[in-house]
Parts: sequence; structure tokens; C-alpha cells
Amino acid sequence: MANAEHASPTDGHIPHGDFRSYMTGFVLSVILTAIPFAIVMSGGFESRAVTALVVLLFAVVQIVVHMIYFLHMDLHAEGGWTVISLVFTLIVLIICLAGTIWVMHNMDSNMMPDMIELMEGKGDTGSGESAVPGQDMSPSK
Amino acid sequence: MSSMIETSPDQPRVWHLEEEPHHAEGHSTPLGFWMYLMSDCLIFAILFATYAVLGDRYGGGPDQKALFDLWLIALNTAMLLLSSITYGFAMLQMDKGNQQGVRKWLLITAAFGAAFLVIELYEFYHLIHAGYGPGRSAFLSSFFALVGTHGLHVTFGIVWLFVLLAQINKHGLTHSNRRRVETLSMFWHFLDVIWIGVFTIVYLMGTI
Repeated sequence: MANAEHASPTDGHIPHGDFRSYMTGFVLSVILTAIPFAIVMSGGFESRAVTALVVLLFAVVQIVVHMIYFLHMDLHAEGGWTVISLVFTLIVLIICLAGTIWVMHNMDSNMMPDMIELMEGKGDTGSGESAVPGQDMSPSK
Repeated sequence: MSSMIETSPDQPRVWHLEEEPHHAEGHSTPLGFWMYLMSDCLIFAILFATYAVLGDRYGGGPDQKALFDLWLIALNTAMLLLSSITYGFAMLQMDKGNQQGVRKWLLITAAFGAAFLVIELYEFYHLIHAGYGPGRSAFLSSFFALVGTHGLHVTFGIVWLFVLLAQINKHGLTHSNRRRVETLSMFWHFLDVIWIGVFTIVYLMGTI
């Protein structure tokens, strides 16, 4: 919606907003900040997952609002290169975030608890079965 | 149709244009700076990923609920949001060519940015003073790395802002200075976008 008035003839310059678009962005971002803060500070919903999801959703909407009204994102600015680089960044970002969380979570859940105890040097080896059979973890040979 | 290009043998072959297309000075700055912001975005993505993995490794130390005061964070967020809109006002004054107005609003923006930093340093000081510095647990290491990196960005943003103010004082709203104001505007609003991620993922989701 903000695109038409931003079609600046001065090539290579960042399109600016006007007073109205800046104020719209500001009021929207205040609302989008206040609501998730209020939700969390009042204790949130019954399910923590629902609260987390709602708060995250507000953040995504607010980021989009900031990009449109403050950063003046425009599909056609710079011949479309800003949007292309943004999309590329988002793809890399999602791969990094999702990949890291996924891999580390799997590693966590596949790690046997005995292994952690052994690594920390307080393994309970007296319970009969050792976590790593055939290996003596005590320092004295 | 033939794609052959006829050249007479006595003419020297030329592989470039007679005249290079002329670009105004600084025409590629906005796109170039945008590329920088995108790579900065990836730095923060990695810090967020680190926090996502280590954020629940307390090592017997305190968790988010015990450490974070949401009122303080709300105040902090308000400071950064206000600085964003005051920077917008500086941009509008620049469109009008009002140098006095640009200086005034940039100074107000710097004040809000400094207020944000002071509140953040106050929070850090209290955490470290209570023995919950970055060395206490993996959670606190990743917390200080993420929030500290954002704080450093704001610090350098303020330094840039004052350098720019000096430039405007000396040379006025020249073409180059306008470009610099626009570029810093991108940086400043970008930091605000990152902060949305910080207060949502670190502070709000940590204290649910």
C-alpha cells in the first residue's frame, strides 16, 4: 500500500515514508509490542505452547510492519535485488536455525544418561551393568 | 538472420563501450548496505540458534524466570521504539530540507538510544554483580553473547549518529550527508527489528 507514493524518481535512493506512514507503523508496533507483553505478564494462556506460539506470531507480524513502514521495503526497489537478497537470507536463516535446533535436540535425546554421568566422573558403576561394557573408565589401571 | 558482425580489417577491434555508463556517486550504497544488513542478520541468526540450544542449560544456576524483570524490558523496548519513530521524523525533516530539524530529531534519537543502552547496562551490571555473569552457565553465556552483540550494534549506531551530526554541522545537508542519513536509518530500523526477536524469544518466551 505504501508503494505508490514511494516510487521515487531519484534512482538509487531509499524511498521515504511520509508522516502518516511513519505514525501508522509506530502505532501498530506499539500495539504489537504491548499485547504479547501483556499476555506474558498476566500469566499467559493455560498451555505454555499456545502462549509461546501467539507471542511468536505477534513478533513475526511486527517485523513485517517494521519492514514496510520503517525500512520501506519495496518489491521493486533496486530492481528487486533487496527482496531477492532478503529471501535468500531468510532461506539460509531458516536452515541454520531449524537445522541447529533439530540436530542438537536429536543429539540430546540420543545421548545415554549414563554417558553423561561417566563423563562427569560420577558414574554409578556399582549397579552391575556398565553403560559402556568392556571399558574400564577408572583412572587406575 | 546472421549473427555475424562485419568488421573491416583496418579498424581496430574494441571490446568495451566507447563510454562507460555513468553512475552518480554513491548510487550503489543502499543496495550494498542492505547486503551488509543481511549478513549481519545471519550473525544474529547463529546467536539465536546458539541461545535456542543452550538457553535451558542452567548448570544448577538460575533460569530466565528468576533473572528477568519484564517491566524493565518493556521500558527498554519503549526506548528503542521511540528512537525509531524519532529517526523517522528526522528523515521527514530532511525531505523538507530543514537542517535544524534533522539535527534536533537525530539528537533526540541518540538520547533514546543512549537510554536503551543505560537500561541494558543496568540489567547486565545487576546480573554480573549478583554472580550471574556469562561464566555462570551455558544459558547465561549465550544470553550475554546475543543481547550483548545487539547492544554493541546500538553503541556503534550512536557513535555513527554523532559522527553524522558533526558532518551535518560542518557541511550541511549535502548529497553525501543525505545518503549517510538514509543509510543510518536502515541500520537503526534494522536494529529495532532484531530487538523484536530478542525480546520475544529471550525475554517473553523465557518467562512464560
